[in-house]
Amino acid sequence: MRCIPSFLGEGMKIYIDLFVSWFKMGLFTFGGGYAMLPMIQKEVIEKHKWATEEEVMDYYAIGQCTPGIIAVNTATFIGYYQKGVLGGIVATLGVITPSLIIISLIATALSNFAQITIVQNALAGIRVAVCYLMITSIIKLWKSSIKDTTGIIIFCGAFILSYFLDFSVVITILLSAFIGVVIRNIRRRKI
Amino acid sequence: MSTFLLLIFEFFKTGLFAIGGGLATIPFLQDMAVKYNWFTTEMLTTMIAISESTPGPMGINMATYVGYHMFGLPGAIATSLALVAPSIIVICIIANMLTKFKQNQTVQDVFYGLRPAVVSLILVACIDIFLITLFNQKFDSIFNLFNMKSVFLLGALIVVNQFKKLHPILIIVTCALTGILFAF
Repeated sequence: MRCIPSFLGEGMKIYIDLFVSWFKMGLFTFGGGYAMLPMIQKEVIEKHKWATEEEVMDYYAIGQCTPGIIAVNTATFIGYYQKGVLGGIVATLGVITPSLIIISLIATALSNFAQITIVQNALAGIRVAVCYLMITSIIKLWKSSIKDTTGIIIFCGAFILSYFLDFSVVITILLSAFIGVVIRNIRRRKI
Repeated sequence: MSTFLLLIFEFFKTGLFAIGGGLATIPFLQDMAVKYNWFTTEMLTTMIAISESTPGPMGINMATYVGYHMFGLPGAIATSLALVAPSIIVICIIANMLTKFKQNQTVQDVFYGLRPAVVSLILVACIDIFLITLFNQKFDSIFNLFNMKSVFLLGALIVVNQFKKLHPILIIVTCALTGILFAF
């Protein structure tokens, strides 16, 4: 939003930016918090430069192990680092507002919404978009987050634990954090 | 306690104890369906279907739906705010601590281990949607293995993106229209 009324002043601009950005991300995310990643990369990292790719990864990791919805946790993080508690609240309100509007409309009129043919067709199309966007996001993340052999080993280990062995996400994350600490300490001792 | 306050309390509790995103809220909602007569398990299935097929985080969609069903728009606003309140409190505290300990060696080591694992977890979360989208759910012969419409659309996206980087919103809207037009 570039056309902000002048009576709101410059101080308001960041709050409006936070709200509008997270509103957009809420409006165009289909599926869980992960599906929001391509939009976060575009809006938060590239456009507003509110965080780096590594920082977003860190927020995701923390958001996974703390209570609440990942999308909301990430929004709060980004907002908090811009404008403290109020920033966190504004970003969160932004991300939940589209849901409030859309669900309220649907709950009034269309309880068979998910069974409508056009909706199903549109969603099947959107799923392809989500696949494509997630593939490009994961490639970007791979480049920024995995920088050495240890990284590749942790990546593969976490994949086996969570996909094949059905370990809970929280345990997988805690284990990988532990391994990170151990490996870096061993390496420092050698040098 | 009035039902309205009880509803807020239940969703605050869900926000506080559901760890790991929208799907983690489902057991809490099932619990509510059994404990109170707010909605039936059957309605819950409808709610999940609608939450999955509308934009926005799933947990928020479900909370809004239940709130709206019970008390109209005020209910919808109350339940979704109750659901996110614990997140805001917990994350603000963690974000504050993180700023203080960012330079700490151990904190950096923790994140060194975390980042590759998170990439992996994101991939795992996406595998199901890849499979559902690209493969036919009921195939009778090997020629029917792939969902050809989806494979073509995905191929087209990859080719187009080589020439011009498209905004994610544009990609989602185009794919939705393609889905309607070609009856995916």
